[in-house]
Amino acid sequence: MIADNLPALQVVVPLLAAPLALMLRRGIYSWLLAMLTCVVTLAMSIALLSEVMSGGTITYRMGGWAPPWGIQYYVDTVNAFVLLIVAAIGTVVMAAAPTSVASEVRADKQSLFYTAYLLCLAGLLGIVITGDAFNIFVFLEISSLSTYILVSLGNDRRALTAAFQYLIMGTIGATFILIGVGLLYMSTGTLNIQDLAMRLGPLSESRTVQAAFAFTTVGISLKLALFPLHLWLPNSYAYAPSIASAFLAATATKVAVYVMLRFFFTIFGIEFSYEVMPLGTVLLVLALLAIFAGSLVAIFQDNIKRLFAYSSVAQIGYMILGISFASQTGLTAAILHLFNHAVMKGSLFLALGALFYRTGGVNLANFRGLGKTMPWTMMAIVIGGLSLIGVPLTVGFVSKWYLVLAALEQGMWPVAFLVLAGSLLAVIYVWKLVEAAYFQSPDDEAAAVREAPLALLIPTWVLVIANIYFGIDTSLTVGVAETAAMGLLSSGGAP
Amino acid sequence: MSSTLGLYNYWIVIFLMMVGFYVVIAHGNLIKKVVGLNIFQTSVFILYITMGKVDGGAAPILDDAVTVYSNPLPHVLILTAIVVGVATTALALALIVRIREEYGTVEEEEIHEQDESL
Repeated sequence: MIADNLPALQVVVPLLAAPLALMLRRGIYSWLLAMLTCVVTLAMSIALLSEVMSGGTITYRMGGWAPPWGIQYYVDTVNAFVLLIVAAIGTVVMAAAPTSVASEVRADKQSLFYTAYLLCLAGLLGIVITGDAFNIFVFLEISSLSTYILVSLGNDRRALTAAFQYLIMGTIGATFILIGVGLLYMSTGTLNIQDLAMRLGPLSESRTVQAAFAFTTVGISLKLALFPLHLWLPNSYAYAPSIASAFLAATATKVAVYVMLRFFFTIFGIEFSYEVMPLGTVLLVLALLAIFAGSLVAIFQDNIKRLFAYSSVAQIGYMILGISFASQTGLTAAILHLFNHAVMKGSLFLALGALFYRTGGVNLANFRGLGKTMPWTMMAIVIGGLSLIGVPLTVGFVSKWYLVLAALEQGMWPVAFLVLAGSLLAVIYVWKLVEAAYFQSPDDEAAAVREAPLALLIPTWVLVIANIYFGIDTSLTVGVAETAAMGLLSSGGAP
Repeated sequence: MSSTLGLYNYWIVIFLMMVGFYVVIAHGNLIKKVVGLNIFQTSVFILYITMGKVDGGAAPILDDAVTVYSNPLPHVLILTAIVVGVATTALALALIVRIREEYGTVEEEEIHEQDESL
């Protein structure tokens, strides 16, 4: 019974837990419920992935209505993998939440924070698991609206303006996707993703379909903060509460990347996206611009949360670069980096949360002498930073390796060179932190800072260890990413 | 009627869409931005409702005397989108109230000036 309904429960459980968390009113009770929900969600996503890996694609009819009339949930390797990423990061970050949230969010707003967190989790999982184009829009808005709330709960007043700016841009993005889906419905009469893929095949000359393609591309690019549509991201991540930053940086943009993969490869099909439409070139140029603009701006940031937010813009560039190749290796690199970037940004933002907990700031000045005063937190940041650069034995290396391979496969020497040059820029901004932490002595006030509490350190280090483990033993992640890429490449336009 | 003018609904959609989009971009007043966003979203509602209309079709209520019905699905979809739009507007207005409490203004430029002087 439960096993049969796993795809539905994956979304329904956090969705129902959210109002319950609000009713519990006391922050710590809400957290207990939220934590329990996250663990259950994680268990379900693991079960789904292992089921998909052994038994193939799962389809689930919502309420027993047959597609294309009813909404169908559709789980193949790509979604199952992204579901696992979202649920796992959600759980680990939630484990660190009570200490950090108690110090950053007002007591009467804490259960609200957990409610928004659970809603956001439900929305993100829903986007990933659903097999219905309009349903994607609905879940996208559920997750976006709760994200705006999470961001606005930050204790700096700039969190409010950041949330408002995000709301405006996010809504425009979602509305663009809505227009695109509407135009698709207009020309095919269906919203089911499999059905759409089948019926769009002969319509590649249709102006309506081409307009739909343009609208969805811009809308999704806004959501995943592809340069130059990334303007909402740095402020949102910089001023949101630490826990919210960690959760959003590690999951929200990843889910948008998944939506992009789904639309380009499954719905529109690789031939339409890359041959009828010049998607490959556009993405290639924007991805390279994102890598360099993001990294360059990151170098000059003084607020370290902002620095890592700009580095996220650059890292999203790497994923999009992988997608722009539209080859087996390129997609593998993109999907791998989806996972790897989630792990590294999760650990980095959690470590910054620990720093904020002890020092009350995340500026470069707060890093002075951190190597002595908070050695474990700083070590986590260094390992996360090395992973961003792509040093061997970290996950960052694995995805960069596949990305360079993919570029060489296409005979694009200059692109492979630019990927490596982009990594050098990451060296500069990570070195800034290392220099402040290990080569500058703390002033009197900073010398009194103690190591972060274990409640924050343990979740951070779980992600740091994942950072190293999946950098050495790549069989699991690379295996799944390869199967997922193969599934995507063969899915478009298939009958 | 010529097909260009006969499809006047779509001209209205495009006009409203551009008006809304322009207001969002050009105005510095946060409330006006939200109004613009609403106009922008409304244009999409009209787009959906228009595509559901079948020439000569009746309202989709089962009746023996009727053979051609309009497509009800876009209407259902757009009900959902309207709810989403209301939620977005409510949240945006709540944020504006909080911004006004903290900054004492709802003009984007003045907010930026205050933040830079920090």
